[in-house]
Amino acid sequence: MMNLLRLLGGRTASAPVARERLQILLAHERGLRGQPDLLGLLRAEILAVVSRHVVLDPEKVIVRMDRGKHVSTLEVDIEVPNGFERSIAAAAT
Amino acid sequence: MAKVLVVTSGKGGVGKTTSTAALGAALAQMGEKVVVVDFDVGLRNLDLVLGAERRVVFDLINVVQGVAKLSQALIRDKRLDNLWLLPASQTRDKDALTDEGVRSVIADLRTKFDWILCDSPAGIERGATLAMRYADEAVIVTNPEVSSVRDSDRIIGMLDSKTVKAERGERVEKHVLITRYDSARAARGEMLSIEDILEILATPLLGIIPESQDVLRASNVGSPVTLNNAASAPARAYVDAARRLLGEAVTMTVPVERKGLMNRLLGRRAA
Repeated sequence: MMNLLRLLGGRTASAPVARERLQILLAHERGLRGQPDLLGLLRAEILAVVSRHVVLDPEKVIVRMDRGKHVSTLEVDIEVPNGFERSIAAAAT
Repeated sequence: MAKVLVVTSGKGGVGKTTSTAALGAALAQMGEKVVVVDFDVGLRNLDLVLGAERRVVFDLINVVQGVAKLSQALIRDKRLDNLWLLPASQTRDKDALTDEGVRSVIADLRTKFDWILCDSPAGIERGATLAMRYADEAVIVTNPEVSSVRDSDRIIGMLDSKTVKAERGERVEKHVLITRYDSARAARGEMLSIEDILEILATPLLGIIPESQDVLRASNVGSPVTLNNAASAPARAYVDAARRLLGEAVTMTVPVERKGLMNRLLGRRAA
């Protein structure tokens, strides 16, 4: 379509491209804005649950989300200090 | 009843300060008692655009911190009796602004003025959020250009969530003001059209300010464009926008430059 316009009219009208790019981008960004920091919320709750059983450094809890075309993944990376087994054993008793 | 109006945009350089000065002066010319407040702490410029840069003694931060009284910091315009400026501090940083301090200054200004126009800094940080915090209305200054429209959309989202009105479940009345508009380029499809911008932002239009040399000329001499050259296209566009703020129904047009006879004969742009 763009090429056809270029052939017909010399200079291409770029405003329709701007409009389309904005519409797609803003639809995406508005979607993200709707959920007030979902990752922050997940991180805080996961930290609270795990902290009940293991002493954690809050800085070492990383929650990451990847949005794919078909599936999205949620990755939770928690660094546990040494002595973890002992805490588990203590919690079990 | 006093109205607090924030002039905001997210993006820098789109014409917030120019528009604050022009709308403030236009409202004052119509008999409203107006104060324009500069929230750009550390990078103040509203004083310069209004030609009051050498008259600043105390500023917003001094008032917030109780160092000066509000009446000591307010500067009365030399041309318009009912236009006042509350300048920002040039030396302090934006962290000197506190929510409580801003709340109390705005409450005080509400008792003294019809219109309180808050000139927001660019960005979405503290200065910008505090400038919009107590607003009843908002003018979102937007250029017909992708990055400006995107940032306006973000700011509209903030006006709907981070203001006191929004938190109370009320709505800040929002208006889009399109600046630096070039009808000819838009007609050729080289620039986003008014319809495109309004459809994307889904916010009513306050006015269309055409791209014009008169805007720079006015800021060069420290005079709002509505005062400096009242017959110019941008001045007429700002006056129309101010009348709409006052609730008048004014037909939406893009004012064009009026060419003088000699200029027309010589094919020059009006200088």
